[in-house]
Amino acid sequence: MTRKNVWVAALATPIVLAMLLLFAGSTGAAANDQPSAANADIKIDNFSFGPETLTVPVGTTVTWTNRDDIPHTVVSTDGVFKSKVRDTDEKFSYTFAKAGTYPYYCSVHPKMTGKVVVQ
Amino acid sequence: MTDKKQDFIDQKLQDLNNDGIDRRGFLKCMAWAGTGLVWTMSGGIPVSRAFAKTMDRHVLKGDFSFVQISDSHMGFNKPANPDVVATLQAAVNKINGLTQPPEFLLHTGDISHLSKQEQFDNVDQILKSASAKDVFFVPGEHDVLDDNGKSYLERYGKAAQGAGWYSFDKQGVHFIGLVNVMNLKAGGLGSLGGEQLEWMEKDVKHLKHSTPIVVFAHIPLWSVYPDWGWGTQDSGQALAYLKKFGSVTVLNGHIHQTMQKVEGNVTFHTAMSTAFPQPQPGKADSPGPMKVPAEQLRSVLGITDVNFVQGQHSLAVVDSNLG
Repeated sequence: MTRKNVWVAALATPIVLAMLLLFAGSTGAAANDQPSAANADIKIDNFSFGPETLTVPVGTTVTWTNRDDIPHTVVSTDGVFKSKVRDTDEKFSYTFAKAGTYPYYCSVHPKMTGKVVVQ
Repeated sequence: MTDKKQDFIDQKLQDLNNDGIDRRGFLKCMAWAGTGLVWTMSGGIPVSRAFAKTMDRHVLKGDFSFVQISDSHMGFNKPANPDVVATLQAAVNKINGLTQPPEFLLHTGDISHLSKQEQFDNVDQILKSASAKDVFFVPGEHDVLDDNGKSYLERYGKAAQGAGWYSFDKQGVHFIGLVNVMNLKAGGLGSLGGEQLEWMEKDVKHLKHSTPIVVFAHIPLWSVYPDWGWGTQDSGQALAYLKKFGSVTVLNGHIHQTMQKVEGNVTFHTAMSTAFPQPQPGKADSPGPMKVPAEQLRSVLGITDVNFVQGQHSLAVVDSNLG
């Protein structure tokens, strides 16, 4: 095995595992054209969610991290999920088991809005 | 204050004086920094001055006075101010040094940083050392985190209505404490809500038009900078109930800097924080705490003495620092 092939194999293993996990947890929705990571991150910086719109496959666990000096919350506009107040460097995670569009906001600073699109 | 700005303000005051509406006093200063404001009721018109070392030279005699403090953010410990206890204590020391002791204090919210009991305890303890024993609170959004305001209400709102609103009378002045930090909607601003507005309409209905009104709430009841959420979406309705009154003063916090606007019979005013400054509207990426070198903190939290000048329908402003 060449050096290059080892590299590819090392990369491929977690991806395959992630794909297996995704398919096991999904209701059969195809994730072929979507990012295949089972985890995704949203940073809270300067009173905004980044990225503001995040598209993920079904089954993805999204983790928000507050990087501001001020506490924030992550609250689903439709009541699907709601974090406790998150101070600096604190995190909140939610696993999206169903496809759909999930708008959310910070209930402390409601001008801060974002959405997670689950496909 | 620049000459240009002063000229603009003078012109505005001139315009206001010529519109046939009787106003016996205005606040003239449009922006200054201070850790607290003293409001003196003089002939039914509230006039303000910020705490200043030079207070003795500008004694303002009124029938009574009160002090507004705001945004103590007890529990905040980031670089913008690692010692919010010390700065709140400094504000209290200023209060206790006033020539005319205030009858009571108003705290316009964000008492705590994270709504924790020990943070409220700490503020209560520090305020006990104030010469004025009565403190009237309204909540900021930091005081109602996670529990929908339950612990705030248990501590400060026992005599209040709904989410913590109430009114009281002092020497002929009607004070209304409003709550605009609950049930905030995605993308929206501060909110009073229907139930509170209905209560307010009834609360002021039977008052004489000549009754001076002081309204206090955390988030500004005027549109300071909506992009940063610095406004209250249904404040227009609240102000409509106050149209009939000759003198209305609206005191807010939230934006950690002083701003003022005079609109008809209403004077809007925001107070400085006792904890940390925030940037001017739109002058930073976000409204987060503004970091200044430690040795400059108290100068940023600096103060301005605002005094009534006899014979002029306006106030004189003297800037000075805390430090």
